[in-house]
Amino acid sequence: MNGWSALDRFLRTDPRDVGCDQAMEMLHIYVDLVAVGAPAEQRYPGVAAHLRACGPCGEDFEGLLAAVRGEEH
Amino acid sequence: MPVNRTDDEVTVTAAALDAESAEWLRVLADTGPQREAALARLHEMLVRIARREVARRGPRLRITGPELDDVAYQAAADALLAVTGKIGQFRGESRFTTWACKFAILEVSAKIGRHFWRRPGVPLDAGDWERLPDRFGFAPAQEAEWQDLLAALRRAVDDELTPRQREVFVAIVLNGVPLDALVAELASSRNAIYKMLFDARHKLRAALAAGGYLGHDIPGRL
Repeated sequence: MNGWSALDRFLRTDPRDVGCDQAMEMLHIYVDLVAVGAPAEQRYPGVAAHLRACGPCGEDFEGLLAAVRGEEH
Repeated sequence: MPVNRTDDEVTVTAAALDAESAEWLRVLADTGPQREAALARLHEMLVRIARREVARRGPRLRITGPELDDVAYQAAADALLAVTGKIGQFRGESRFTTWACKFAILEVSAKIGRHFWRRPGVPLDAGDWERLPDRFGFAPAQEAEWQDLLAALRRAVDDELTPRQREVFVAIVLNGVPLDALVAELASSRNAIYKMLFDARHKLRAALAAGGYLGHDIPGRL
């Protein structure tokens, strides 16, 4: 990816983005869906849009998913 | 704070509990030794989750060894308080353990954010524009092609953003301050800082598109 597309991607905003509060409110539900292979992104597109755009919330999503998968083994 | 209210996404109804979650609720609602044993098991799980999480994030942090362990144990202790304090809010839309683990993950995030400021020398105000090309991967060899774009971006930051939006943009994008660290420094919330950056991104992209530097796009809302 060159600088133009990286900057363009960073500045693009998704109108479906629900913000941090709603995404974190839903995170445990979203993660359980992802963990069982259910279509979480289709069910909660605004949460998915947020998790793609927000570094810290995306990190929390990755962390909780890893935690859930780790507890299953 | 106004956000994109997508009530269909956040309105969830209480679901039938799975057997394991129902058992957690039953023993935690109990009194005496059963509850004490359940709290001990819950704390053990939260410590395990928090330690794994700090280890997962560790390579990207400047925290190591005992300090990282301290973060994990403090996060687990605070998560246990949050879980027991909010247990009445658990509605069974996920497994109980997933809901409980979320608090450990969020506590790890918050504590790592606060830890950032133990490092000296990170300015909040002065923007380090010299590092911006490298941050976005602009090749020095093609400087003639992108210098006008970045000059336009800098003008838009000065002219289009509010002082607060500019402060957030400069700290996060130019100076590389993690968003959670900025939340701690400004005594704000993640949602508020994210929304400020979201609005700044939208304004900057619109300005660059109007100037012919980037293609036009659908307006953002948030």
